[in-house]
Amino acid sequence: MRKITWSRVAINLTVLFLIVVWTVPTIGLFVTSFRDKQSISNSGWWSAFGQGGFSLDNYDKVLFGGDGLATAFLNTLAVTVPAVVIPILIAAFAAYGFAWMQFPGRRILFITVVGLLVVPLQISLIPVLKAYLAINLNGTYLAVWLAHAGFGLALATYLLYNYISQLPKDLMESASIDGASHFTTFTRLILPLSMPALASFAIFQFLWVWNDLLVAATFLGTSGDVAVMTQRLVSMTGTKGQDWQLLTAGAFVSMIVPVFVFLSLQRFFVRGLLAGSVKG
Amino acid sequence: MNKRLLVGLWSAVLVVAACGSSTGTPAPSSSGGGGSTNLAGKTITVSGAFVDTEAVAFAAAVKPFEDATGAKVTYNGDKTFEQAIVVQAAAGNTPDVGLMPQPGLMKTFAADGKLFPLPADVIASIDANYGPGWKDVGTAADGKVYGVFHRVNLKGLVFYPKAVWDAKGYTAPTTWDGMITLMDKMAADGTPPWCIGIESGAGTGWPFTDWVEEVMLRTVGAEGYDAWVAGKTPFTDPSVKAAFQKVLDVWTNPKYVYGGPNYIVQTAFGEAPKAAFDNPPKCLLTNQGNFITDFFPDAVKADLDNQVGVFNLPAIDPAVGTPAEVGGDQAVAFADRPEVWAFLKYLTTPEAGVSWQKSGGALFPYKTQDISLYASALSKTWAQAIVDAAFVRFDGSDAMPSAVGNGTFWKEPIKVLTGSENLDTALSNIQASWPK
Amino acid sequence: MQQASAAPPARGIGQVLATGVGRVVVSIFVPIVAFIVLWAGFLFLKDSGAPKLVIVLVAIVWGIGGVALLYVVANWLTEKLPSVWHRRILPFVFVGPAVAILTFYLLVPAVLTAWSSLFNANGKAFVGLDNYVYSFTNPEMVTAIRNNVLWLVIGTLFSTGMGLAIAVLVERSRLDRLAKTLIFLPMAISFVGASVIWRFVLSFQPEGQPQVGLLNAILGTFGISPVSWLTGEPLNTILLIVILIWGQTGFAMVIIGAALKGVPEEMLEAGRIDGASEWQSFRKLVVPAIWPTIVTVATTIAILTLKIYDIVTAMTNGNFNTHVIATMMFQQAFTFQDSGRGAALAIILLVGVMPVIWYNLRQFRGRAI
Repeated sequence: MRKITWSRVAINLTVLFLIVVWTVPTIGLFVTSFRDKQSISNSGWWSAFGQGGFSLDNYDKVLFGGDGLATAFLNTLAVTVPAVVIPILIAAFAAYGFAWMQFPGRRILFITVVGLLVVPLQISLIPVLKAYLAINLNGTYLAVWLAHAGFGLALATYLLYNYISQLPKDLMESASIDGASHFTTFTRLILPLSMPALASFAIFQFLWVWNDLLVAATFLGTSGDVAVMTQRLVSMTGTKGQDWQLLTAGAFVSMIVPVFVFLSLQRFFVRGLLAGSVKG
Repeated sequence: MNKRLLVGLWSAVLVVAACGSSTGTPAPSSSGGGGSTNLAGKTITVSGAFVDTEAVAFAAAVKPFEDATGAKVTYNGDKTFEQAIVVQAAAGNTPDVGLMPQPGLMKTFAADGKLFPLPADVIASIDANYGPGWKDVGTAADGKVYGVFHRVNLKGLVFYPKAVWDAKGYTAPTTWDGMITLMDKMAADGTPPWCIGIESGAGTGWPFTDWVEEVMLRTVGAEGYDAWVAGKTPFTDPSVKAAFQKVLDVWTNPKYVYGGPNYIVQTAFGEAPKAAFDNPPKCLLTNQGNFITDFFPDAVKADLDNQVGVFNLPAIDPAVGTPAEVGGDQAVAFADRPEVWAFLKYLTTPEAGVSWQKSGGALFPYKTQDISLYASALSKTWAQAIVDAAFVRFDGSDAMPSAVGNGTFWKEPIKVLTGSENLDTALSNIQASWPK
Repeated sequence: MQQASAAPPARGIGQVLATGVGRVVVSIFVPIVAFIVLWAGFLFLKDSGAPKLVIVLVAIVWGIGGVALLYVVANWLTEKLPSVWHRRILPFVFVGPAVAILTFYLLVPAVLTAWSSLFNANGKAFVGLDNYVYSFTNPEMVTAIRNNVLWLVIGTLFSTGMGLAIAVLVERSRLDRLAKTLIFLPMAISFVGASVIWRFVLSFQPEGQPQVGLLNAILGTFGISPVSWLTGEPLNTILLIVILIWGQTGFAMVIIGAALKGVPEEMLEAGRIDGASEWQSFRKLVVPAIWPTIVTVATTIAILTLKIYDIVTAMTNGNFNTHVIATMMFQQAFTFQDSGRGAALAIILLVGVMPVIWYNLRQFRGRAI
């Protein structure tokens, strides 16, 4: 499909324009993170190029000031990694069960699971917190993992079911002919095949949990040794928010890991989260 | 291969768990001072809305208590404290002591039975150390006292940049009309007098309520103010409407305020005052609480007494005089334990404020405090003003029920300012939201 | 399927019993050990004074490994059962945990919320449907519902539409990897960060003063006076929706892009041979081929717009008539301490999202469910 050259140039230009429009706001923040409080209030960030006065002060305060971001970073890591893997694991088992196993109530349960996508998580906070306190679970990592799992399972099961149900039936059949149990088929065949779908959901869940503030604050706590990074960044701005310029640097510091995760998992996207939804 | 990996990982977990288990914190060395209770090994959990440097200062302020009794006070600051405490109270997960920024919230919790009233010896200590009025603000509807005031702030202070002020030869007004004359003079000289911003996240709108309360205090006096805050005088009453109108007359007059109403509603309250220190200043006067100095430019903060001048918002009706409007966190007890009461008793004594007085950034209400310990001249004047005030009244919106004080009283005026609603509608909406 | 191994018949009765008893003992022993191991890990994480890094590593291993272990043990146990029971119970081993967790975390709270929506502010007096009547008649609430409809329609349409358009465009460009990464980037930024970013775009300074916000600065270079973007309605809601589109288009683009790559080339060839133009081929061949993907993306974004909370809270806090249902729900429940009205709003939200789900489930009916 050879197109005329100028049309290709037009396409590239349009894409370039889109890239610029999309990144300019972020660039604004990036430039601002190197400026001091007074300049930020007095002039637009674009004028910083003419004015100069760049400094690493904001980054310095964010990374090394106060209670230290290191603990918060470790907390975020401890919360995020299992809160991503656990729901994926549970959802994958469930998606396989709904797609390829026969049992009574299968349809009703599936509709319920997908239907729960509508529930806003704010209504769960108090009932779940009460339950946690009753069994002395509150303030632990497990509490937050299960909460994130609870809030993410509906979407995860929905997306993974979409994918797993599209896998060729003969694959499953030949496996069982070879004497494999459902469990073995699942772990040795389906899981590896579903990597694109698993990776795709993993990225979204990762971003959601990494940037989450409310769930961690409610179930894990806000005190210094358990606070996650988002919590630390918000309290770093001071009680009345007088040091809000620290958020500019903070936003970038906290963006590094998610972007890295996205870039490394990006090749899975290409194979298609919903490859099965293409007919033909 | 999978299973072996699992087993390997589990052995590692077990080994680490075995090596690393050490439960509990070591008991603090008891240094029982003669006469103080020995509370070695006891912990008191405190929660509040301030974080960062103020949390550090609080820890220093309570250290004498820890040293004297051997107890441990752990403070946890959360900027979303007001929402978090509601969730925690509903779930049963409260700290031992909460530092409530609003009496309205305290009253709601007291009515729900979540708080324990202060015992007689703590109340006696309040009577000994505080001027009149403080105990009343900490009292709930059932007549029992629940709250102990520690750090407080003073409102109704008008800040200005000293250098420009002196250069133009302005003088501090002593009457409201005198202030209007000053405002006209400043406008004629080419600078709009007021720097105002009311944006504050979930609390957007609170500075407007401060202005209205200050006008109310100066027009209807102490009893009239109390009746209004208690809900006996409705918002639709002519006296209240007049107060709102007086503030709006200033705020919506383009020559009196830098930027106009649209600018006011989306500019953070801490950002607006900075314009007074620009060269040339974009506006000159800021009516705020003493904590606003935290937001001044660094160069100004470093040299506060020389760079910044202050006068009290003047009286409107000379018969009523100039009151002090204050705000502050009150410590309340969610748990009934001897160490909690010992801690609250400590907070009623001037000793609980000494280290913070010296390090600056806080004011204390004790009539028995040593004013000379304050770090800056400004702080000394303010503390003196609190102690000497003709009458002290608490920030009204904080004292009202939260549906009004944190809700409609903050939000409705914003609509009036942006022109999407008229004043009468706003006032009746606010009144309608008062819980029956 | 594995067959339970029969005891070798040549041994004595004692041996047979031992094997039988042995098997039972093992069946009890293994889960108990697993449980003890998990419990030890839990206590360690909860109370230990070990250095943070160690705790974090243990947490990650314990958390993930624990769940995997539970599945392995559950499966192993069911395999010990006679075949009939095994077949009946195994599906619930697979599906059970998900259903149980969702029931506890979402279903039960939803039912409790529906129940408390029939009561008054402090939950003590039954008021029937009063809270719902209030929600649909109170002007502020009606505005919130109107705003949410705007969010739903504009947000979903543009995010999905632009995602589709950009995916198609980018596929033919040499800049595709760069574009994909940079357009997806806003998704990685936390809401707090995004609100600061957009503050620097929408900021308003009075006329004649240097503008700090990008939009007003651009207007300024054309000599137009600055506009107060956030206070003028309904433009302010539309601008907030733009923030959503800025973030979600990347999501749509990536997923639709992946689906596009799966469209068979032969089908397009055949279309071209038949004389179809580029546009016709796109409309009649490509779009139907990836339609399920488009629907799934649109569904996900639609649900997100109906539940939208963070963007509104961070930018305007619901002021200037930008309230949406989720922010009103929060305000009712926490500021006004009215648990009944807050609950009613939550249920309205829930019910509002259902048609979207229903449409999706109809799609599934075509497949093996």
